[in-house]
Amino acid sequence: MIGELLGSGMLLPAVFVGFGLLIGILFGFFGMGGSFLVTPALLVMGYPSRVAVGSGLAFVFGTAVIATLKHRDMGQVDYKLGVSMIVGTTIGLEVGKELVVYFEELGVAGLIIGVTYVGLLGGIGVFVTREALKGDGGGGVSHDAADADADEADIPDIAKKIQSYNLPPMLNLRGGVQVSLWLILAVAFATGLLSGFLGVGGGFIRMPALFYLLGVPVPIAVGTDLFEIVFSGGIGSLLYAQLGAIDLSIVVPLLAGSALGARIGSASTNLVDEDDIKVYFGVMLIGGAIAVAIQEIGKAYAIDIAQPISLVMIMGAAVLVAGAVVVSSLRSLQDGTTAGPAAAD
Amino acid sequence: MIGPDSLPLDAMVPVGLVLVEALVLYVAYGALTSALGPRVTGAIQNR
Repeated sequence: MIGELLGSGMLLPAVFVGFGLLIGILFGFFGMGGSFLVTPALLVMGYPSRVAVGSGLAFVFGTAVIATLKHRDMGQVDYKLGVSMIVGTTIGLEVGKELVVYFEELGVAGLIIGVTYVGLLGGIGVFVTREALKGDGGGGVSHDAADADADEADIPDIAKKIQSYNLPPMLNLRGGVQVSLWLILAVAFATGLLSGFLGVGGGFIRMPALFYLLGVPVPIAVGTDLFEIVFSGGIGSLLYAQLGAIDLSIVVPLLAGSALGARIGSASTNLVDEDDIKVYFGVMLIGGAIAVAIQEIGKAYAIDIAQPISLVMIMGAAVLVAGAVVVSSLRSLQDGTTAGPAAAD
Repeated sequence: MIGPDSLPLDAMVPVGLVLVEALVLYVAYGALTSALGPRVTGAIQNR
């Protein structure tokens, strides 16, 4: 596998620090994504499915702890909502993990996880790219949105319809939102299932779900989503740690790189208009989907060159977009221009 | 499912280490950003 080719010296940890840096820049800038490139990259590098998923979850856990601390300082976490979701998330995680173990026993875990990633990354990538080309700023939500109060006009129609269902017990959430606990648990279960099955935080599903389905204001949705990822990532990591599936030689350098990258990405939101770069982000997701597809086809037909091609595509896509963020920021700094509200740090 | 008997120390050690690393990085990079951020920004603007 590629991990073995890179050896056990300093090269492999250095690669992980560099990859973490890229992912951190993407996470800090776009406020979503990045972490869901980790598990596919580990799969492409030849790590066993459970190690790829378990280590991905442990990385997500560490990243979420750091991000939640920052959002807590800004008052953007709804603890009642976050705690309410934990039960659904935990059950979803357990079911997701059992699915991975079951599919591993059948020898098809890598294939099914890979195909799921292709669908998810490809679908979200197409959506983000389409919205970016339309130029209406859709396909992602800024971490730095300033207004935490819910405006009636800002609540999506589907969220208004869902909030109209009176299925006790009803919970009053921050921003004046009232939602059935059962709906909250359903959203939590679905995202927990994704987390446990794919080794991701689930934020790229949960955060839009909180906004579009439950009507939670964007800043609160972002902060509470991160708070929830601390639990989903932490509990998921514990579940996989019991299987001995967390490789700290992967997680420690990844986290060290991403924590620094997140600072750079977050500071860049002050300098660069997100919409200018979002199309690259969408293309990166599509590139990730194609890379995983190539990997699976390569395995099915014993094409050796498919694995390095996939890895180069994933790394290359991350380098391209993170590089675009950094270069645009440097240009803005030199020109003395800024873009929008102050960033988190 | 999660329960007292299903959380052996062996499983908690790696997760605890990741938590400790995250807290250390939050503090360390925060201090680093505060100390060096304005200087780096100034240096880039003056190039």
